[in-house]
Amino acid sequence: MTKLRLLLALIALAILPVLVAPSPSRAATAIADEDLTRLVNALGSGGFSETEAAITVLAASGDDRVAGILEKLGSGDLVVRKEDKGVFLAEKAGADVKLTSLVDGKDAGVVAKGAVEKIKVNNKLRRTIASAVGSLTLRSADPAVRRAAAEAVMKSKDAAAVPALDAAIAAEQDPGVKAVMVSARASAVLASDMPEADKLAAVDTIGALGTRDALGLLSGYTGVEGPVGEAARLAAAGIENKLALWDAGQNVWYGLSLGSVLLLAAIGLAVTFGVMGVINMAHGEMVMLGAYTTFVVQEAIRTYAPGLFDVSLFIALPLAFLVAGGVGILIERTVIRWLYGRPLETLLATWGVSLILQQAVRSLFGANNREVGNPSWMSGSFMIGEIQITYARLWIIVFAALVFVALLAVLKRTAFGLEMRAVTQNRPMASAMGIRTPAVDALTFGLGSGIAGIAGVALSQIDNVSPNLGQGYIIDSFMVVVFGGVGNLWGTLVGALTLGVANKFLEPYAGAVLGKILLLVFIILFIQKRPRGLFALKGRAIEA
Amino acid sequence: MITHVLLNGFDARARWVVALLVLIAIAVPAANLYLPPESPFHVPTYALTLFGKYLTYALLALSVDLVWGYCGILSLGHGAFFALGGYAMGMYLMRQIGTRGVYADPILPDFMVFLNWKELPWFWYGFDMAWFAFLMVLLVPGLLAFVFGWFAFRSRVTGVYLSIITQAMTYALLLAFFRNDMGFGGNNGLTDFKDILGYNVQADGTRAALFAASALFLALFFWLASAITRSKLGKVLVAVRDAESRTRFIGYRVEHYKLFVWTLSAMMAGVAGALYVPQVGIINPSEFQPANSIEAVIWVAVGGRGTLVGPIVGATAVNFGKTWFTGVLPEVWLFALGALFIVVTLFLPKGIVGTVQAWWTGRKPAAAPTALKPEPAE
Repeated sequence: MTKLRLLLALIALAILPVLVAPSPSRAATAIADEDLTRLVNALGSGGFSETEAAITVLAASGDDRVAGILEKLGSGDLVVRKEDKGVFLAEKAGADVKLTSLVDGKDAGVVAKGAVEKIKVNNKLRRTIASAVGSLTLRSADPAVRRAAAEAVMKSKDAAAVPALDAAIAAEQDPGVKAVMVSARASAVLASDMPEADKLAAVDTIGALGTRDALGLLSGYTGVEGPVGEAARLAAAGIENKLALWDAGQNVWYGLSLGSVLLLAAIGLAVTFGVMGVINMAHGEMVMLGAYTTFVVQEAIRTYAPGLFDVSLFIALPLAFLVAGGVGILIERTVIRWLYGRPLETLLATWGVSLILQQAVRSLFGANNREVGNPSWMSGSFMIGEIQITYARLWIIVFAALVFVALLAVLKRTAFGLEMRAVTQNRPMASAMGIRTPAVDALTFGLGSGIAGIAGVALSQIDNVSPNLGQGYIIDSFMVVVFGGVGNLWGTLVGALTLGVANKFLEPYAGAVLGKILLLVFIILFIQKRPRGLFALKGRAIEA
Repeated sequence: MITHVLLNGFDARARWVVALLVLIAIAVPAANLYLPPESPFHVPTYALTLFGKYLTYALLALSVDLVWGYCGILSLGHGAFFALGGYAMGMYLMRQIGTRGVYADPILPDFMVFLNWKELPWFWYGFDMAWFAFLMVLLVPGLLAFVFGWFAFRSRVTGVYLSIITQAMTYALLLAFFRNDMGFGGNNGLTDFKDILGYNVQADGTRAALFAASALFLALFFWLASAITRSKLGKVLVAVRDAESRTRFIGYRVEHYKLFVWTLSAMMAGVAGALYVPQVGIINPSEFQPANSIEAVIWVAVGGRGTLVGPIVGATAVNFGKTWFTGVLPEVWLFALGALFIVVTLFLPKGIVGTVQAWWTGRKPAAAPTALKPEPAE
C-alpha cells in the first residue's frame, strides 16, 4: 500500500515542473508622431550613406515602432512617394501600389506604380539594420523579445553592441533577462578591442554560466596567446567538468524514458506469461494495432472534427484497449485454448498469428509508415539545467506510471485480479477452489493485449507507425520479462527501468548497437544465475 | 562400438533415404549436364540451384529435429549456426577472389578496401586455405553452441526461457554482423564470389557438383542422426525429452547428453550453411534474423518432428510452397505461412510424416498390443 502512495506522490512531483511562473512586464517608449514622421522620411532622402545615417538616428530615438520600420526597410517593402518625398509601406494592389503610413498604420491611399520609388538597400545597410534592430529590441516592452535579442547578440558576438547593451542592462528590471544581457555583453566584449582587463572579466562571466553555449563561445578563444587565452582554457575545462555531470543526468533521463517504453510494451506480456505460461509472439502486433487505432482516430478527427485533435489520444486510448483486447480474446478462444499445456507450440502458433496480423495490416493500410501527429501539449521541450526534457517523453513516463499503478490496483484490489493471481500461483488448486480458469485465461489474455494496445497509442507518438512496429519491441519485451521474472509486476518495472538505464549508459562508451549486444549477453549470463528472473515465484507448483 | 552403432543406424528407413539421396545426387546433375535442353527430363540450371538450396535447408531442418524432436530443446536460434557456417565458407570464397574484385587488391576483399583498411584482420588469416575454412565451418558454430549450451544446460534453463535466449543469441549476432566495422562485410555481407576450389562458382559443372555435395552430405548426416537416435544414447535423449527430472534422478548426466546433441546439431547446421552460400552466391547478416530460425522450426513441425524423414519432407514442401507463392501470389504468402503455423500446431501436431506413420500403424489389426509410443512433449 505504501509503495502505491509513494508512486502517486512521485507522479505528482513529476508534473510540478511543468507549471511555469510568469515574469514582470515593462513600460513602452514612444516619441511624438511628427518627429517620427520626420525621421522616417529621412530614410528616403539620398543614397546609401544618407539612409545609413537616418537609420542610426531612428534607432537612437528608442521608439517602439522603429524596430518594425527598420525590418520592413531591410526586406525592401518601403517606398518614397515622389510628390511629397514621404516614406510609406507599400503593398501590391493589382497594377497599383497601396500605401500605408509607418507612423500610425493608417491607409495613405493608392497610387500608380510610377508614382513611387523603392528604397534600395545593400548588404552593408542590411548589417546596420540588423544590428540596429538588435539593439532596439533590447529595449522592447516584451521581456521575451528582450531575452531573444540578448541571446542573438551573444551568438553574433557583435562588438558594436556593447554600448547598446550597457544602456539596456542599466534599465533592465527582470533579473533573468538581465543575466542574459550581461552574458551577451561579455561575449561582445571578447570580440571587441577593449582592454585586457575587461576581456578577462568577460571570460569569467561566461565561464560562470556553465552552459554548452558558453563552452562554444569560449572555444573560439582557447587558441589565443596570452592571459586571455589562458583564462579561456581554464574556464572551458571547468565548464566541461560540469557538463559531464549534466550529461550523466541526461543519460539517466533517456534511460528512464526508454525504460518506461519497455515497461509499457512488456507489462502485458508479463501478465499473460505469468497467468498462462505462454509467450505470446503476437504481442508486438497488439502494440501495432493500438498504434494503427490511433492513426485511424486521428484520420477521422482530421476529416470530421479538426478541433478535437488535441484530445485525439484520449479518444484513441479506450478504443485501442478495446480493439487490441478484442483481438487478444479472439486469438485466445480460437487458437491458444486448444494448446493448453503446450507452451512451445503456443509460441509457434502465436508466431503464425503475428505473421497474419502483420500481413493483414499491410494489405489494409499499405506497407509504408503512416503519419500520427503529436497533439500540441506533447510538442516542445524545456530545460532543467543542461538536461533537455521533451514533453512527449515526459508524458509517456507519466502514462507508463499510471498504467502500472492501474494494473497493480486491478491485480490487488479487484476480484478478477485475485483470480488471476491465484491461477498464476497454482492453477490446479485455483480450479479446484471453483475459479473458472478458462474464463480467467481468456480475460487475462484480453487484458494483456489491451495494455499492449494502449502502449501502442503512446508509442505511436515517438516511433514510426508501420506494420513492422511490433517486431521492434518484441525482443526487448521478451528480455524484460525474462530478466524481471513473471511472479510480480514490480519485477517487470525493475527489469524495464534497469534495462533502459543500462542501455543508455552503455551507449556513449560502446555505441548503441554494441551496447544492445552487451545487454543481451548480460541477460543470457544472468539467466544462468537466476533461471526464472529477478522476482521469481517459488514453490513446487511453479517448477512444474 | 562406433561401427556397431553406425551399422545399427543403417536400418531400413535409413537405407531407403540414403539410397534415394544418392540416386538424386547422381541423376539430377546428370539430367542437367548431359541431357539436351529439349528433353522433358532436362533439369534447368536454375532449378538445380533451387533444389540444392532446398537440400541445404533440409539439412538445417534435420539438425533442428535432432535437438527438438528427440531431445525437446526448442531452438529458435539455429539460423545463427547456419549463418556462421555460411560466413566461414563466404570468407574462404572472398579470399579466393584475389585481384578479380572491383578494387583489384590481391589480399583485401573489396569491402575492406572501401572502408580504407590497410591489412587483413587476424580472424581472416588462414581462410585462403580450403581445409582451414572447412574446419572453421565445423568449429565456429560448434564452439558457440558448446559455450552457450554449457552455460544454459548447467543452469537448467529449459522450456520457454531457453527458446527466448536462443532468440536473443541470434538477435545479438544479427546486430553484431550488421556493423560495418566488424570486418565481415557489414550490411552488404560477402558476395561476388568467383572460384571455389579452383572451379568457377557459376559454371554448370560446379553447380552440379555443389548439388551432389548437398545431397550426399544430407545422406551422410541422416545416417549419422539415424545411428545416434537408434542407439542407447538416442533412447536417453528421448527420455530427457519426455521426463527430464526423472532421467536426472535415475542417474544420467542430462546436461552432457543435451550438450552433445546440441553441439552436433550446430555443426550440422554449419555445414548446411556452408553448402548454401556457394549455391546462393551471397551471405549477409539477415540470415541471422530470428524469423529465419523460426521458419526452420516450422519446416520440422510441418514435416513431423521426432521422425528424421519429416524435416526433409517439411523443408522441401514449405520452401517449394514459398517459391511458388512468392512468384504467383506474393501478398498471400505471409497469410499462408502464418496459417500454416497455426494449422500445423492445432491439427497436425505430428506433422505430415508423423500423421502418415500413425495412420499406417493404426491400420494394422490390433493382434498384439502395440508398444507405447511416447508423445512428443514440449
